[in-house]
Amino acid sequence: MKDESLDIVESADPMSVPKRVALVRPDLSLAVPRRREEQVTTFPHLIVREVILLQWVVILIALASLFWDAPLEGIADPLETPNPAKAPWYFLGLQELLHYFPPVVAGVLIPTLVVIALIIIPYARVNRAPVALWSWGSKRVTIGLLSLTIVVVPLLSLFHCWVVLVPTLACEALIGLSRPLPHPGRLRAWLGLRTLPQWIMTWFVIVACLLTIIGTFFRGPGWSLVWPWEISL
Amino acid sequence: MRIELSPSVWWYALSRSELWRSIIRHGVTDSSRNRSLAIFQNFFLHMHPVKVRRKALEVRHTYYLGGISLALTAILAASGILLMFYYHPSVPEAYMDMKELQFTVDIGTFLRNMHRWSAHAMVLVVFLHMLRVFYHGAFRPPRQFNWVLGVVLLTLTLLLSYTGYLLPWDQLAYWAVTVGTNMVRATPVLGERIRFLLLGGNIVGANALIRFYVLHCVALPLLLVLIAALHIWRVRKDGGVKGPLAEDEETLEVYR
Repeated sequence: MKDESLDIVESADPMSVPKRVALVRPDLSLAVPRRREEQVTTFPHLIVREVILLQWVVILIALASLFWDAPLEGIADPLETPNPAKAPWYFLGLQELLHYFPPVVAGVLIPTLVVIALIIIPYARVNRAPVALWSWGSKRVTIGLLSLTIVVVPLLSLFHCWVVLVPTLACEALIGLSRPLPHPGRLRAWLGLRTLPQWIMTWFVIVACLLTIIGTFFRGPGWSLVWPWEISL
Repeated sequence: MRIELSPSVWWYALSRSELWRSIIRHGVTDSSRNRSLAIFQNFFLHMHPVKVRRKALEVRHTYYLGGISLALTAILAASGILLMFYYHPSVPEAYMDMKELQFTVDIGTFLRNMHRWSAHAMVLVVFLHMLRVFYHGAFRPPRQFNWVLGVVLLTLTLLLSYTGYLLPWDQLAYWAVTVGTNMVRATPVLGERIRFLLLGGNIVGANALIRFYVLHCVALPLLLVLIAALHIWRVRKDGGVKGPLAEDEETLEVYR
């Protein structure tokens, strides 16, 4: 295949010919595969879509605002503590964790670790090459899963944190089930191709959603377990 | 002589007038050149590239989640500024102003609803946006730093939402913020100090309200706009939006 970028421009005037020096690392190939994709002008194609999107968002939020009123309770009273006192919904996952772990773990350590983990995602080597978890080798993955179970089960049982333990074990089971077979079905083949970071993120999303849902809909007075219809939101 | 006054004539005259051309420099005829100029001669639109891949416009490429976040930010800024006209960040006036919005101000309740529901939607959409980018592998080089900016924007969104939560000064607001700031107290060594700095005292009171107000209406929005601008500009600089994994970057199948 002929590489267009290697064409030599001939000119008598050395000042008018730009010179380029390319350093090619020995482990890289000189030919860079380039996808030619159809392009359209941003104006109007993208701009029109953006304007329509803005209109849709405004319409939907306006409709929601017509039908549901923002909550407003009585004036703030430091002497009258509501039971339970709840944080905004997006922090109820953390507040639910506070029920199981000491404040320094649930309120400081875990959120800090989550933010750090999110920031290092693009810089971690494990994220660079999309390599399926199971291609690390069956033995390594099995040992990894077993040692994780050995650490996680006693640790979370100690704090009676079943809402994290159960989904964690479920995710592990799913990883175990996705072990590649000679002739897997479509779903199983797809699961078998997931990478370690994908599994971790999926586990994180499941746990975060579960904690938030329990904290929001299933916690009543004294942070006791109640049914959603037993609490006034 | 008969003068025709149809809109098209007016548009024709206006778009070719000196005033119009002094503001918008490119011509009105639909040419590739003018389409390009429409983008890169416009201060706001030049954050976009002049051309985009046709595929990148498809919904399932990005689900337009970043765009929805931006639209929600616009609604929040507009409704927030209007709400500021009716708000005193002091105790108990803050709560009285909520009642004022509810019973006296025209469409006051609607205004507050718009602000509140878009704030909730924003938290959700920004989180979904992060998930979309992650599962499409759009954080990989050269987009690493834009992912980090995204994490900063997610944090800012949560902080903005949280500082705004106190402002109505009702029981819900007061105790939600009390619960949250009590978590801060658990920070080793600096916990009490950080909490004091945040609240301007040891309890959630009038000082906390003014601090949260200034953070919510000035400091955090400024940061958000600045970093969001950088974030959007970098999308272009990093080669445009990155959609689902292409065939040739799908997971490597190296089973052992």
